[in-house]
Amino acid sequence: MQVVVDMNKCQDHGQCVFAAPDVFSFDETGRLAYVADPDEALRADVEEAADVCPLQAIRIEG
Amino acid sequence: MSTAPVVVAGASMAGLRTAEQLRAAGWTGPITLVGDEPHAPYNRPPLSKEVLAGKAGFDSLAFRPRAAVADVEWRLGTSVVRADLARQAVELSDGGSLSYTALVAATGMRPRRLRCPGPTAGRHTVRTLDDAQALREALTAPGVRVVVVGAGFIGCEVAATAMALGAAEVTVVDPLPLPMAGPLGELLGGALKRRHEQRGVRFALGCGVTGFEGEGRVTGVALADGRVLPADVVVESVGSIANTEWLDGNGLDLADGVLTDEHLRVGGRPEVVAVGDVARFPNARYDGVPRRVEHWSIPTDTAKHAARVLVAHLAGTQHGLDPFAPLPTFWSDQHDFRLQSFGAPALGREDVRVLDGDPDGDVLVGYHHRDRLIGVVALGGQQAAAAAARYRAELLRQPAPTA
Repeated sequence: MQVVVDMNKCQDHGQCVFAAPDVFSFDETGRLAYVADPDEALRADVEEAADVCPLQAIRIEG
Repeated sequence: MSTAPVVVAGASMAGLRTAEQLRAAGWTGPITLVGDEPHAPYNRPPLSKEVLAGKAGFDSLAFRPRAAVADVEWRLGTSVVRADLARQAVELSDGGSLSYTALVAATGMRPRRLRCPGPTAGRHTVRTLDDAQALREALTAPGVRVVVVGAGFIGCEVAATAMALGAAEVTVVDPLPLPMAGPLGELLGGALKRRHEQRGVRFALGCGVTGFEGEGRVTGVALADGRVLPADVVVESVGSIANTEWLDGNGLDLADGVLTDEHLRVGGRPEVVAVGDVARFPNARYDGVPRRVEHWSIPTDTAKHAARVLVAHLAGTQHGLDPFAPLPTFWSDQHDFRLQSFGAPALGREDVRVLDGDPDGDVLVGYHHRDRLIGVVALGGQQAAAAAARYRAELLRQPAPTA
């Protein structure tokens, strides 16, 4: 599973961080950081994160 | 005989999410989505902000449906005009009909319109992609004077966007004394008003609209106090009406949306659910009073719960879910600031406390019910929104307040 976030769309709502804290987080500067190739066991969380992104900036490939 | 489909009436966000969640919950049978708009499901919030401002294209709004729903049938440009719940069948606007195994009511809302006298040309609403395209065209004409009727979410967002687009004048009219007073209360309503005014937006508050002036096309908005505001463009953002007429005649409570039980089921029928902002559901997290909720998060929350309940019923198993109890959340981007809410501030408007910052800068406000925090709203920049998020876990942990 590959996760791609369109950082041009991302507006730091942070809903993905609530949905999948093992994959998405904010760094010290308040900018979104994420694991691009999370474990398959986290798929449900990542799908939830993609669903709740207000800008629909998260894409899951594979 | 082949299985009748799960029919989803409404092909917007709530309909799409329900189809996806039906698959995720194990329904492998047919699904048919029926939607009146010609467009595939798209994301609506940018219609009053980024897309209206021209920062993002209309084509950027389309949802990417999950692969699991690649086989569903889409009936776009068609609406469900009637349902016979006893016969488990619906009639469509194209004259066709469908039998269903289960029915999902996801028909959403339409904008309420002002009924005062006067021309209709030049008056806009913002609900659909087509609405926003027409409004963008009107707002980008040089030197336009804009009157926004209704100081709620959409009205405040459109006013901000119109200023950014270079409108000559933007005035927001509302019978209430402050913008967004319903969801936010006085403290933040006042702070919001000052911020808009500092950025050039004018207000005519505590005053209703009595009519529209102009021959064939609106040129002014007449107010109850006798004033007439000159207007080239009028935006009506005065709430919305639930699309439930198609369910008439089935003995349902459709007083304000489709009344559901604590598992989003409708009319005591386990094969009928309602999702999205048309659903009037009790939230077990709060007082159990059924309410419609027009937040962006609700289509996804309701879809997940309703789909699990429905699939368990269709499989003849128990769903084993607790009553539906979503934590409400909303945001609104206006000018260069954001409102971010978690919980139910409207239930705690009588006891509002500044938790951090001050109302003219970044501010975090707590709303309390019986001395307990029931909602938070941040107003300001990214730091304020992040501060609100830190209260989310606390709001999630709380037991329901007893009414």
